[in-house]
Amino acid sequence: MAATHGGYYLPHGSHWPITGSIALFILAVGTASYFQGAGWGPWAMLLGFAILIFMMFGWLGTVISESVAGAYNEQVDRSFRWGMSWFIFSEVMFFAAFFGALYYARVLSVPWLGGVDVETNKLLWDGLSLNWPTAGPGHADFEFEYMPAWPIPTINTILLLTSGVTITIAHHALKAADREKLVKWMWATVGLGATFLMFQAYEFYEAWHHMNLTMHTGVYGSTFFMLTGFHGFHVTIGTIMLIVITLRCMKGHFTPENHFGFEGVAWYWHFVDVVWLGLFIFVYVLI
Amino acid sequence: MSAVDHAADAHHHEGPEPGLLRWVFTTNHKDIGTLYLLFSLMMFFIGGTMALIIRAELFQPGMQLVDPYFFNEMTTLHGLVMIFGAIMPGFVGLANWQIPMMLGAPDMALPRLNNWSFWLLPFAFTLLLSTLFMPGGGPAGGWTMYPPLMLETGQAFPFIIFAVHLMGMSSILGAINIIATIFNMRAPGMTLMMMPLFIWTWLITAFLLIAAMPVLAGAVTMLLTDQYFGTHFFNAAGGGDPVMYQHIFWFFGHPEVYIMILPAFGIVSQIIPTFARKPLFGYASMVYATASIAFLSFIVWAHHMFTVGMPLAGELFFMYATMLIAVPTGVKVFNWVATMWEGSMTFETPMLFALAFVILFSIGGFSGLMLAIASVDFQYQDGYFVVAHFHYVLVTGAAFAIIAAAYYWLPKWTGNMYDEQLGKLHFWLSVASVNVLYFPQHFVGLAGMPRRIPDYAVQFTEWNMVSTVGGFVFGFSQLIFLWIIIKAIRGGVKADARSWEGAHGMEWEIPSPAPYHSFQTPPDISKVMARGDAHS
Ligand code: HEM
Ligand SMILES: [Cu+2]
Repeated sequence: MAATHGGYYLPHGSHWPITGSIALFILAVGTASYFQGAGWGPWAMLLGFAILIFMMFGWLGTVISESVAGAYNEQVDRSFRWGMSWFIFSEVMFFAAFFGALYYARVLSVPWLGGVDVETNKLLWDGLSLNWPTAGPGHADFEFEYMPAWPIPTINTILLLTSGVTITIAHHALKAADREKLVKWMWATVGLGATFLMFQAYEFYEAWHHMNLTMHTGVYGSTFFMLTGFHGFHVTIGTIMLIVITLRCMKGHFTPENHFGFEGVAWYWHFVDVVWLGLFIFVYVLI
Repeated sequence: MSAVDHAADAHHHEGPEPGLLRWVFTTNHKDIGTLYLLFSLMMFFIGGTMALIIRAELFQPGMQLVDPYFFNEMTTLHGLVMIFGAIMPGFVGLANWQIPMMLGAPDMALPRLNNWSFWLLPFAFTLLLSTLFMPGGGPAGGWTMYPPLMLETGQAFPFIIFAVHLMGMSSILGAINIIATIFNMRAPGMTLMMMPLFIWTWLITAFLLIAAMPVLAGAVTMLLTDQYFGTHFFNAAGGGDPVMYQHIFWFFGHPEVYIMILPAFGIVSQIIPTFARKPLFGYASMVYATASIAFLSFIVWAHHMFTVGMPLAGELFFMYATMLIAVPTGVKVFNWVATMWEGSMTFETPMLFALAFVILFSIGGFSGLMLAIASVDFQYQDGYFVVAHFHYVLVTGAAFAIIAAAYYWLPKWTGNMYDEQLGKLHFWLSVASVNVLYFPQHFVGLAGMPRRIPDYAVQFTEWNMVSTVGGFVFGFSQLIFLWIIIKAIRGGVKADARSWEGAHGMEWEIPSPAPYHSFQTPPDISKVMARGDAHS
């Protein structure tokens, strides 16, 4: 049920948000209990996750049908735009925390521990010198290899940058009402995203099993896996969103004038792209 | 589906849905505002009870009532509950009620999201408070959750982290909605520089929230992975640093304290012009001062870490940057005073709380300036002087502003005037007791009494007794507030549309109580503007 007030579409009550809260609550309780060793933890996680997916389908499905039915005017569209932009900004700040940690470790804590700060060094690990990448002064004899920028990360950079181009081509096709071309280039974008993920999975596997580079590998391993891991998680979400949008393109949900769903996902994809560039430079190239 | 078909016949039931589930499913900004405000009130009393337990234990030196671990749980949870449960949701509740009405908008920009922002909170606090009953107890390392101490928490540890994640999500989604509403839902013709100051301060607060909360989420996520996934962010043996946590935390933490005071500035900037019957002095400078404070709040964080160890250049930078904030803050205080200059003032309860805010918040600002001086902060750090400082800015600052706002807008919300006599009683009891409660904490702090410790040296006894007495009087005085609210909801003298003689702004153009849907069609603001109502 809904009402349009002065043209602005206002929903009248929705059970999706509370469903989402319940899902997150179960997910949180399940995960926390699992961390504390409860056997039922994973089941609760699964349940919470399933409800979350159900909620996403339901909520977004409602929004899509309202949109397709023409309930949203231009002003509603602008609200979605503001909403998505600031959501992306919040994501940027989340990554900023981890980039900050990387910066702090590389520029401050590792050099301090390694002798730039004479007293710290003397007090804790007298005479030990440290260089990035490191597993830390407490694990000085820990052997590992760092992840070089070539080949996989460079290939991945090319893949993501290309996907930024393909989605733009798709966008132009959408604006030109050329659905066939649109769908073709959207699948190309999805393919590039999926390939990126496969390479990254391979990279993680190599790191973990052959290079002794894991989350336990000191602050280098910590920042490496948290940054690339969270990024990979975002690429996964982005790829799923791309698939959904591509299917919607095929169904003809979008018009050349009105396609915020498409644009929102494109923005998200570009954001993921830009974060990757930061990663590529600060995690891989400037090793 | 049939969304559009329903659009037409939905006008048949414009009022709220019947039944209790209305509150769970609602997408109406007034309903959601009410939920936030009631939640906040509940948390004020839960957090307040914890505070009284702390004060009771501190009545005398030695260990009396509670064991030390429980005491630490109380200080920690009191902080978390008051900040994330009482103050922030209080302001968001006010934003929900007022922003659409003050902008002449039909509702918030994203009504379903709005419901979600609220309904994450009860779950987050269920998680948080349930930790009290877990093996190993709840969090006890302070609301700042510093490692390595935080990592010693028992079973409760991951529950606390996820609770913080949910609170953060709630704040971020709420802030996104507020920004979208302010940018996109203003009545035609209302430019940004015509917006009431409450709207301006909330716009900037929402920006701070979206910039700061994800950083907190990042910090606690690192705690989580350090605990369970073997990362070494905060472990020197792995090349990390526990101090790094403090940097990340306070990069969130300092903007956070401004998140809790900027909307208060906005409220006071609404109330003082009303009861001084004069437009706000220096509107534009207020806007710019707010923006400057927000900017500066991102480059002062390490004033919480002067004693932790920093290069000298860092100490100096953060000291001077912090002191710089006093300049725009001073502009604001000046403007409030100048607004009252030669005004024809009356002193109803909202005005009394607003005036107390101006004076007592300034005291908190001055003690902040003292703390900002790095060299002397070595004496004050982690002591009761800091406690006195932040309670002046948070209780007589943020909380007084929320109370003032509640009195100011209750007639609009309920349609009834609250009991002015009782309101005045509430004010005088509160303002007297709050100073008895917190002012002595300056003295014991300067003399060296540490915070977060259940016992203390005997020479601090007298002032602690005074403080505890003040605390109990203050705490129980708030029951009067609760009673006044209940009374106003149940009835009373009917309020006019313009409930206060000197009140200006869009919210006073519609009847009291405000109809369930206000401004279904965008209002003609030229009428309001012509009366010079623009932004007072
Ligand atoms: C003129 C403005 C202000 C200045 C110069 C200032 C300065 C400071 C400094 C230097 C500290 C650290 C003291 C220490 O730990 O040794 C501090 C602590 C604190 N301030 Fe302020 N402050 C100001 C305004 C505010 C406002 C407006 C709020 C909140 C509404 C606030 C809330 C806090 C809190 C909560 C703490 C303690 C945090 C903790 O350690 O738990 N301050 N302030
Ligand atoms: Cu601060």
